[in-house]
Amino acid sequence: MIAETTTAATFDCRQIFAETLIQLARQDSRIVAVCNDSVGSSNLIAFQKEFPDRLINVGIAEQNMVGVAAGLANGGFVPFVCCAAPFLTGRALEQIKADVAYNGYHVVLCGMSPGVAYGELGPTHHSIEDLSWLRAITDLAIVMPADPDQTRAAVQWAVAYGKPVFMRVGRTKVPSVSAGQNETFAFGKANLLREGRDLTVIATGGMVGRALEAADDLAKDGINARVLNMATIHPLDEAAVIAAARETGAIITVEEAMVQGGLGAAVSGIVVQNAPVPMRILGIPGFAPTGSAEFLLDHFGLNRAGIAAAARSLKGA
Amino acid sequence: MIGTARAGHIGGDLSVSDILATLYFSVLDVDAAAPLKPTRDRFILSKGHCAAALYSVLAMRGFIDPALLPSFMQPLSVLNGHPNRGKVAGVEANTGPLGHGLPIAVGSAIAARLSGTGWRTFVVLGDGELQEGSNWEAAMAAGHRGLDSLTAIVDRNRLQQGARTEDTNRLDPLADKWAAFGWEVAEIDGHDHGALFDVFTRPRNGKPLCVIANTVKGKGVSFIEDRVEWHHKVPSPEQVVLALEELAR
Repeated sequence: MIAETTTAATFDCRQIFAETLIQLARQDSRIVAVCNDSVGSSNLIAFQKEFPDRLINVGIAEQNMVGVAAGLANGGFVPFVCCAAPFLTGRALEQIKADVAYNGYHVVLCGMSPGVAYGELGPTHHSIEDLSWLRAITDLAIVMPADPDQTRAAVQWAVAYGKPVFMRVGRTKVPSVSAGQNETFAFGKANLLREGRDLTVIATGGMVGRALEAADDLAKDGINARVLNMATIHPLDEAAVIAAARETGAIITVEEAMVQGGLGAAVSGIVVQNAPVPMRILGIPGFAPTGSAEFLLDHFGLNRAGIAAAARSLKGA
Repeated sequence: MIGTARAGHIGGDLSVSDILATLYFSVLDVDAAAPLKPTRDRFILSKGHCAAALYSVLAMRGFIDPALLPSFMQPLSVLNGHPNRGKVAGVEANTGPLGHGLPIAVGSAIAARLSGTGWRTFVVLGDGELQEGSNWEAAMAAGHRGLDSLTAIVDRNRLQQGARTEDTNRLDPLADKWAAFGWEVAEIDGHDHGALFDVFTRPRNGKPLCVIANTVKGKGVSFIEDRVEWHHKVPSPEQVVLALEELAR
């Protein structure tokens, strides 16, 4: 696979996440941040400086971190738990299930640097299983903003939501994809970024920009791809998926996560029960080899060329 | 309840009952008419498998209708085998998996400090439960922060599901462990209401308090007391009658 380059401006969503959290915290004294020695990696240094008492760093103890957040929610606060996604979701999975979701506490679990963002650090530090694990937990909303504007809107939504949330906050740089959207983030609704009738690419998070690039290339071949930004993984926008199947006849899903159990599995579950059409599920098949995040995304075909190739294959082109 | 349900955790229910009765009738600032009052004291039963004991005391304090008690663990009952705050007023946290209550209680105590309202937080832990590592993460955090509105009560009945705690994964010297994590520690008879009341209401000194309540699993029923097989054994109808007679004495 040929490595891709892009000339558009790109952004690390953690920055806008942290800025938005500080802005909201100034207006809403319920907001606190909870972290596991991750003040720097979660971009919380400025938050800590402005709200030293409201930054609760429990040290390297993720199970306690999530339990403490549940207790803070019991006490009327709105905790944003900021932790590298692999350790938040892997180490504290039972706390996420029992303490947060089953209790119904309004805790916003922020999985920082998800997917293969930690690149060369290897599979222990990759968070590719999180979507599969967490989709199985009912009453836990799963959202994954695609760019800075959508990240800001999703954080604002999460403060008001009132129920448990898991939010992936990307570290890998992404282009802006939300320009011109009427509603940057609508919980449970896909954003239609590009209309098309030949097939639909449903992407999430950092994969959305790549799907748009692939759609540009496909258009040159006469294949007009619809592109949906599926920023809410759970609950899934079933109507948008069914419409995509009926109106375009083929679907590709693209996610920086395991191919089993994530966005692709969620979409295919809706498709096969309502409007069966051919699909391709693009994602990561298992523990990754050594390489940078960019290398790994290229390696697994999660780029412009890989998405376009899957589309041509699906269309028999 | 357990006799009707043909299920439950009778041994641990009886070891913790005096602790719960003391808390709910003499210590906790809770109000059945306003169970979610923001400044209420928080009580968390980390050993959620002893839900029957909690439901009993919640019924006697007016949080739930005593007529519900016979529905314990029956199909679709609100009285699940482990407590559910969405279904039972007065329950603060849905517990069941062990090692979850203390972290939540630490969060509650931090919230009390941040909000400046100063409610107290009490959490009951089983002794076997202390083999879960998450407790020690939370104990370290509470000691570090000097959360003196927090009281952790260890129901020290020395039995866990399969054997004696000290034969399974030794807890002693237990008081030393808590002290090493920065806690004030008190060891008392967990069936002595006066001693329980005194320790729960003692002046605090900037440290979280661990009360090691020495108890007898199955307390009050001769054929259940301190016998490992009665962790979740169900008494026969005849044994229920005998047990109730002994408890009434």
